[in-house]
Amino acid sequence: MLATRALRLLGKRAISTSVCVRGGHGVAKIEAYTLPAYFDRRENPLPDICYVQDLSAEQASLKEKEQGSWAALSNEEKVALYRISFKQSFAEMGEGTAEWKSVIGGVLFVVGFTGLIVLWQRKYVYGPVPHTFDPEWKAKELQRMLDMRMNPVEGLSAKWDSENKQWKK
Amino acid sequence: MFRAVFRLSSTGARCLVRSKPSISAPLASRCYSHGRVETDEEFDARWVTYFSKPDIDAWELRKGMNTLIGYDLVPEAKIVDSALRACRRLNDMASAIRILEAVKDKAGPHKEIYPYLIQELQPTLSELGISTPEQLGMDKL
Repeated sequence: MLATRALRLLGKRAISTSVCVRGGHGVAKIEAYTLPAYFDRRENPLPDICYVQDLSAEQASLKEKEQGSWAALSNEEKVALYRISFKQSFAEMGEGTAEWKSVIGGVLFVVGFTGLIVLWQRKYVYGPVPHTFDPEWKAKELQRMLDMRMNPVEGLSAKWDSENKQWKK
Repeated sequence: MFRAVFRLSSTGARCLVRSKPSISAPLASRCYSHGRVETDEEFDARWVTYFSKPDIDAWELRKGMNTLIGYDLVPEAKIVDSALRACRRLNDMASAIRILEAVKDKAGPHKEIYPYLIQELQPTLSELGISTPEQLGMDKL
């Protein structure tokens, strides 16, 4: 008895009619996710349920009017009937959103934030660079490379003018 | 029916079906090694009969429409006509408009199919009092 009362309360949604009462525990609660759902898809034009389940008085009277001649309905009424049954029209379904702007913005923001972390890291986490990066050391390194004529054909030494002791113009 | 078919048998290129322009009705030849091939007329007749059932219920209408839209074709005018009449029997104007939107969407880039369909369906649309999505402004955003 409790079960049939529960069934009546649930209204239009399609439910299995065979309800059993087991072991005196009553009927299991019907979860929303187990019932047919509404979704707008191009490949599934007529979903299992109407979009609007609970009709207002105005909508209910419109549904009554739908039983008669459709020529008697105005365009607004036809659109209203459509909107009762469906959420989005095909045109609205295919419409793009502006979500990509949020996505790009979010990505750039996170990249920027990562840049800040990297800079902080360089300053506060890493120790000093090796002494071989000192300008004097680097100058001596370069001199040594030129002295041993490294890459003399097309590379480093080829660009050095050894008579005038400067880079070739 | 409007069917653009280009199919290569998975077991080798034994049989090729040439791709046809979408409006003409091609011969439906599939690579069955046995079994009858259903002709376009039989296909159409089957679906017209399905929607013509006098006591069709809402579930059957939805199931039929969703299945039909799943096929790689735009339904013939007579099938859509039969479906619209089924909507009338079920007092479901919204589904009738939805069906028109769906067949327009099925035509895809072939923009000439939908106006042709509407032209063929015009007597039915006037008789039943169904407005097209264009008349209701629903094809715009």
